[in-house]
Amino acid sequence: MTPVLASFLSDFGNAIEFLFKAQPSNLDPGTKVGGFSEMLSLTLKHIALSASAIGVGTAIAIPLGLYLGHHRKGEFAAINASNVGRAIPTLVLLTVFIAYIGVGFVPIMLSLALLALPPVLTNTWVAVTQVDRDSVDAARGMGMTDTEIITRVELPLSLPTIFAGIRVSAVNVVATATIAPLGSVDSLGTPIISENVYGEDGRLGAAIAVSVLTLLISAGLAAFQRAITPEGLKLEAGASRKRFLPKLRRRETATS
Amino acid sequence: MKARSIPLALFAALLLAFGLGACGNDDDKGGGGGGEDQGSKGELITKVPGAGSKPAITIGSKNFDEQLILGNIYADALKAAGFKIKTQLNIGSEVVAYKTLRQGEIDAYPEYTGTALTILFKVPVPKAPKEKQEIYNQVKQRVAEKQITALPPTPFENSFRLALSSKKAKELGNPKTTSDLKGKEKDLKISGFPECNKRIDCLLGIQKTYGLKFGGFVASEEKYDVIENGSADVIFGFTTDGELTTGKYVKLEDDKTFFPPYNVSLLMRNDAFKELGPEGQKVIEQVQKPLTEKVMQELNSRVSLDKQEPEKVAADYLREAGFTK
Amino acid sequence: MLQVLAQIQTRNRTGGTCEANNGFCPDWIADNYDRYIDPFLQHVFLTVVSVAIGFAIAFALALLAHRKRWLLPAFSGASEVLYAIPSVALFLLLLPVTGRGTLTGLVALVSYTLIFIFVNVTTGLDGVPEDSVDAARGMGLTERQLLWRVEVPLALPEIFAGLRIATTTTVGLAALAFFAGAGGLGEEITRDKGFQSNIAVAGGLAVLLALVLDLLILFVQRLMTPWRRAAA
Repeated sequence: MTPVLASFLSDFGNAIEFLFKAQPSNLDPGTKVGGFSEMLSLTLKHIALSASAIGVGTAIAIPLGLYLGHHRKGEFAAINASNVGRAIPTLVLLTVFIAYIGVGFVPIMLSLALLALPPVLTNTWVAVTQVDRDSVDAARGMGMTDTEIITRVELPLSLPTIFAGIRVSAVNVVATATIAPLGSVDSLGTPIISENVYGEDGRLGAAIAVSVLTLLISAGLAAFQRAITPEGLKLEAGASRKRFLPKLRRRETATS
Repeated sequence: MKARSIPLALFAALLLAFGLGACGNDDDKGGGGGGEDQGSKGELITKVPGAGSKPAITIGSKNFDEQLILGNIYADALKAAGFKIKTQLNIGSEVVAYKTLRQGEIDAYPEYTGTALTILFKVPVPKAPKEKQEIYNQVKQRVAEKQITALPPTPFENSFRLALSSKKAKELGNPKTTSDLKGKEKDLKISGFPECNKRIDCLLGIQKTYGLKFGGFVASEEKYDVIENGSADVIFGFTTDGELTTGKYVKLEDDKTFFPPYNVSLLMRNDAFKELGPEGQKVIEQVQKPLTEKVMQELNSRVSLDKQEPEKVAADYLREAGFTK
Repeated sequence: MLQVLAQIQTRNRTGGTCEANNGFCPDWIADNYDRYIDPFLQHVFLTVVSVAIGFAIAFALALLAHRKRWLLPAFSGASEVLYAIPSVALFLLLLPVTGRGTLTGLVALVSYTLIFIFVNVTTGLDGVPEDSVDAARGMGLTERQLLWRVEVPLALPEIFAGLRIATTTTVGLAALAFFAGAGGLGEEITRDKGFQSNIAVAGGLAVLLALVLDLLILFVQRLMTPWRRAAA
């Protein structure tokens, strides 16, 4: 057992060392790769790519979900968007864009935006349709237009659920950005995809780095969500166990 | 009997074709050591007595098409000769492959003489010999110190040459050599694998030797794709790339002889080499004899253009060349 | 068109073919579909075995936490953390521990199924109406009988929902299992990611697999919960 443990620890030790100190490249021992500044640069690129994708995806999903939900349209599409999205492997999504559209920042970012879309769309739609009918009627009675009702009544009440969807999307996008280098876009996954250059230590080091990053973002968003969720909704959501099929079953149980 | 004369006529035509083929040589730098014999049909590999009772030999390879093809060719050939063969192909770059060889995880893998000398043994490119046999001898000497044998080199070499699309070449007045680019390269973007722009055996060396200052460097693991999608105008291509046979691309001569030779020599650990024996070595030499640049380009094309699998291409090659049934 | 050069037939390639241009080529697909069979079967294996093992583990843990509520935060927290680790990273992190191969792939994939199944089994059991539980107890059912004859059957829709999510997600994650040396369709996809035919076949098979498995589970669900059909 001990030799296994020793080699396992030394592998991780080397990997962590790679993150902080530049090592000779596997492809050309004369050039150095890795080290803190390169890892930091890759981390920033990873975040930039993820943020762009989440931004674009959310910018489409929220207005679309608000509109459809408010008018009670597109139930099938909105609910099943997440199911369909789940059935498509992220690798397939990326490589379809690579093969049919091309490589580079824009195609990859768009494929990730497409990945981010379904959870936000589904959550927005469900949240809007579950806004208390009385509030909506009262607002309509006060003379608010549809747009005003959406923005001033339904949206604020839906925010926690929408944010839950954004959180799911964010974790998915940050995780998937790891394979962005397949499309010639740099991210923390670059040492993993370009193992020729970065070596096994770089590959393992990047795996550690990207795990830490995703965990931090997931935990951070969770904390943020707790902070912005009003007390009442927190209790109602039952500690939000329904993260993955949000409130859908409520409707189901209500009718059956 | 008229029917008999047809095969005879075909045979005569084939002989004629071989004769003509043997005359028109491809650009094999240095040309030393025996020349390519394209005329003789390969002989069926016969079983080496006792090969089956020897310990298994593990053949490895690096991780690109040509390496996979070669690894399979060597493995299949030795299998046909009765040896017990294991394969561990697609290992990685030369640094990783050589490490795996030194550690004994694999017993052999095909390495390029130029790569071995300049990367594995860190000899600066300007100091590397530019003659095929000489660089092979130096590599052979160096690996011998590490208890590794370098088997005789292949007829073909797979070197780097700058390549560009035929269309672009026409725009630039049909350059034939790398020097021809001088004066026109300021608006051209050149692409290579990451770090190529910092390496003296890559872009840095080209810049120094030819005095070329390109308009930009694009790091990419792909070669011809970057020309296709417009990200770059000039690339570092392999001389045996299948794409170079399509007519869509033009490769430029290395007129200042910047690059050393890159013939393939199967590097094998001494303990495995002993098991291989002289007859096993003969099989290797026999089976790599038809591998000229044109043949290697054809085999590479079958993988990269026809999208066939390297295993199948290797098996077909051995059959077509007459080494296996 | 055929030149014979040292017995090796070289083709004239100046014409360009569908596959040389990386397009969608039905002929090429018809000739080469057999290279996708083994990866596909491996993919099915990885998915089915991972979900089965994950289900066994998570179901047991959820039953345990149903009775001992204090375990809930620990279990759900742990499975959440596992889920947050990008799959590629988890495959690579396990390499030094469990080596390269199918086992590592399975370990990682099992980890990702846990959260879906655990959350849904727990929610399902929690969703059983108090009245039903009281009535059952009133009829003299033991705790074990209560669990297996009342609570679990009523939780089945929720449990199946979790199983469906876990399965479709696992098909997607198994596409990346080649990072662990576990094979699967992802290996074929990345072998030539610019080749449209390759992406179409390998990717298409993966998506199809997810849909077929999803429908299969739905079918089993309908079989096992006939009373819901009456309500719906």
